[in-house]
Amino acid sequence: MKVGHLSSFDFGSADLDSSIFFETAASRLGSGGRALAYFAVPEGKAHRLVMAVGFDREGRVEVYSTLVHGPFKALTPSFPQLHLFEREIFEQAGLKPEGHPWLKPIRFNTPGAEPGIADYFTVHGSQVHEVAVGPVHAGVIEPGHFRFQCHGERVFHLEIMLGYQHRGLEKRFIGGPDGRSIHYAETLAGDTAIGHGWAYCGAVEALCGVNVPPRAQILRGIMLELERLANHTGDLGAMAGDVAYLPAASFCGRLRGDFLNMSALVCGSRFGRNMLKPGGVNFDLDSALMQELKLRLENASRDVGNAVSLLWETASVTDRFEGTGVVSKQVAEGLGLVGPTARASGVGLDTRRNFSSGPYEGFTLSVSGSGDVYSRAYVRWLEIQKSSELIGGWLNALPAGPVEAECGGLKPDSAAVSLVEGWRGQICHFALTGSDGKLRYYKIVDPSFHNWQALAMALRGGEISDFPLCNKSFNLSYCGRDL
Amino acid sequence: MEIVKPLTQYLAVMLLSPLLPGVINRVKAFFGGRRGQPLLQLYFDLYKLFLKTPVYSRTTTWVFKAGPVVGVSALVAALAVLPFAGRPSFLTFEGDFIFLLYLLGLARFVTVLAALDTGSAFEGMGASREMQFAVFAEPAFFLGLAALARVTGQSSLAGMFGALTGDIWRTAAPVLALLTASLLIVLLAENSRVPADDPNTHLELTMIHEVMVLDHSGPELAYILYGAALKLWLFGSLIACMVLPRHSGSWALNSALFILMMLGMAVAVGVLESIIARLRLTKVPYLLITAFAFSALALIFQMGR
Repeated sequence: MKVGHLSSFDFGSADLDSSIFFETAASRLGSGGRALAYFAVPEGKAHRLVMAVGFDREGRVEVYSTLVHGPFKALTPSFPQLHLFEREIFEQAGLKPEGHPWLKPIRFNTPGAEPGIADYFTVHGSQVHEVAVGPVHAGVIEPGHFRFQCHGERVFHLEIMLGYQHRGLEKRFIGGPDGRSIHYAETLAGDTAIGHGWAYCGAVEALCGVNVPPRAQILRGIMLELERLANHTGDLGAMAGDVAYLPAASFCGRLRGDFLNMSALVCGSRFGRNMLKPGGVNFDLDSALMQELKLRLENASRDVGNAVSLLWETASVTDRFEGTGVVSKQVAEGLGLVGPTARASGVGLDTRRNFSSGPYEGFTLSVSGSGDVYSRAYVRWLEIQKSSELIGGWLNALPAGPVEAECGGLKPDSAAVSLVEGWRGQICHFALTGSDGKLRYYKIVDPSFHNWQALAMALRGGEISDFPLCNKSFNLSYCGRDL
Repeated sequence: MEIVKPLTQYLAVMLLSPLLPGVINRVKAFFGGRRGQPLLQLYFDLYKLFLKTPVYSRTTTWVFKAGPVVGVSALVAALAVLPFAGRPSFLTFEGDFIFLLYLLGLARFVTVLAALDTGSAFEGMGASREMQFAVFAEPAFFLGLAALARVTGQSSLAGMFGALTGDIWRTAAPVLALLTASLLIVLLAENSRVPADDPNTHLELTMIHEVMVLDHSGPELAYILYGAALKLWLFGSLIACMVLPRHSGSWALNSALFILMMLGMAVAVGVLESIIARLRLTKVPYLLITAFAFSALALIFQMGR
């Protein structure tokens, strides 16, 4: 059934007969639909499969569900974008998707499972060798295990095994919302506190039927774009660092801090923690603060422009970026990629435009690319410019009024889909209430959940020495995917 | 034969070499808008490492322990034929530049063996890259020295660089300029500097030299770091001797000028590293082939002169 993004609907009306469910899902995914979420909710002794499909061009969301008692038909062979969702259903609910090519564990959260202990792809041959990296890495980054099947410097296949960061956060939302829920949402992925926080607030507000005041919406927009600015700037610097291009690396590293400090100026946290709450925001801007923010934004944007333009003007850098780690548009669409990664491959998906709401009404930004590291870097640069333009515009025309609205109780037996364009891409939260008006199930899909597979594809046929650069160009979250 | 001057020169090289990486780091820090680590950081590191107890993996054998010791010994021995400010050191004999090449080859060989001895996938990868690039770097270096021998009519290092004067630069400038360019490329590649390698990265998959020495620790790591500093001095001093033919007759003045020139070299390397990005790994051989072509051209020009 058709549902509105960010509005609640009666969950019972999404129910379909089992055979019709799989037929409908296949036909929707085959005609421009993209799986936003696909999961199993316990219902008595059985499980209910729920799939949310997004139609990016029309900005439409559809939700279907069906009751299953045992094994069900896997759709992965026809729609590779579902491969991780079906593995997740198998791991969490024990329902076997029949016909799925390889049901490897993804989070190792079943009794007796040990992270990283699983069957891996192997390649045989006299000169083929395997390189295993991680889960403990040389830098201060999150744990993940990477296995390369190589022939000399060339990579045949990269297998990425994650799950070391699993914390069981989805379960923490069940029975809520309570005082802690928003803070769990903010820590889903530490660098996306605003993105996930907003997605959570959006879901709760939809279920309460509350309208967020315009001033609060714009303040949220400012914080989300500051988060995007900080992370995109940091990523461009990190990419420059990986090709040993010092000036851009150092300056972008400092400027990332400037953007984080602007977030701290608003809410006291460099990562925007505690800024959002269901119904509105916790902190308002006065005119002195707005002047200060404008001034800082102007300076930081100018400096970022100078630092980043070095990247495009230095031939040795562009030579390194161009043609490295290509993800074709076909692969991007097949795997259902999101965010700057998808846009760099020519997929026209931006939640701010396709599913626009709140401060993003009328948002336009068209970016595209050929799917290599250069495109992923350049898309970030275009988004940096757009974000600072947005913030500048909002600061000049901040509507007056309250910054929060009272949230009542949640509507019982309802559901809501909340989509937010975090800096890594589309974040999807799916909230489901029980008959008592408490959260019965809460499903989180971080952009990294879709995009990790793209990194593996980018390395195919590439060089193993390009891995760090490719990895930085995606900069995916481990804990966002592992939850 | 006097002993005081060669001995002073030798000790000066042994003592001053670790200063060069410090200078490079400060220059790079300046370009990055930072203050950077102390100039003498490598001395502090060496002191700290000598006090530490090495840790050995159970899979390694004596080859792993021998690598750094033989490597640094080869470089210390190589200094004996290395001219200082165009003056001979302890040893000088006909064709000693071939002796120098073999000593450098020996240092590389034992480093690679020690890396392979660990059985680690990373170190094997680094060893393979090191040998692959050596295939291109060594001929470029050898041919360059051969061309210089041809220009000066000498076949010992001290002889060649001692015979270089302003007059030779005036008559054979194109040949010498090509040789200088070739030596500079070889210096960058042999000392794992940008654009061939990145000495600052922590990413094992992209490293060449650094990844081969990942498992060494304590005094053995100190030997490796010290050996790397000596190697940088070695290549740098050949270029310095080349572009700074002796002018004054005073030994002290010449030596002081030479040391200044070496620091200038380090600054130049630092600037170069700051303004260009690293090459894609598969393109490093092209860079080294360019060096080889420069050396070959220099030899051809000289033959035709």
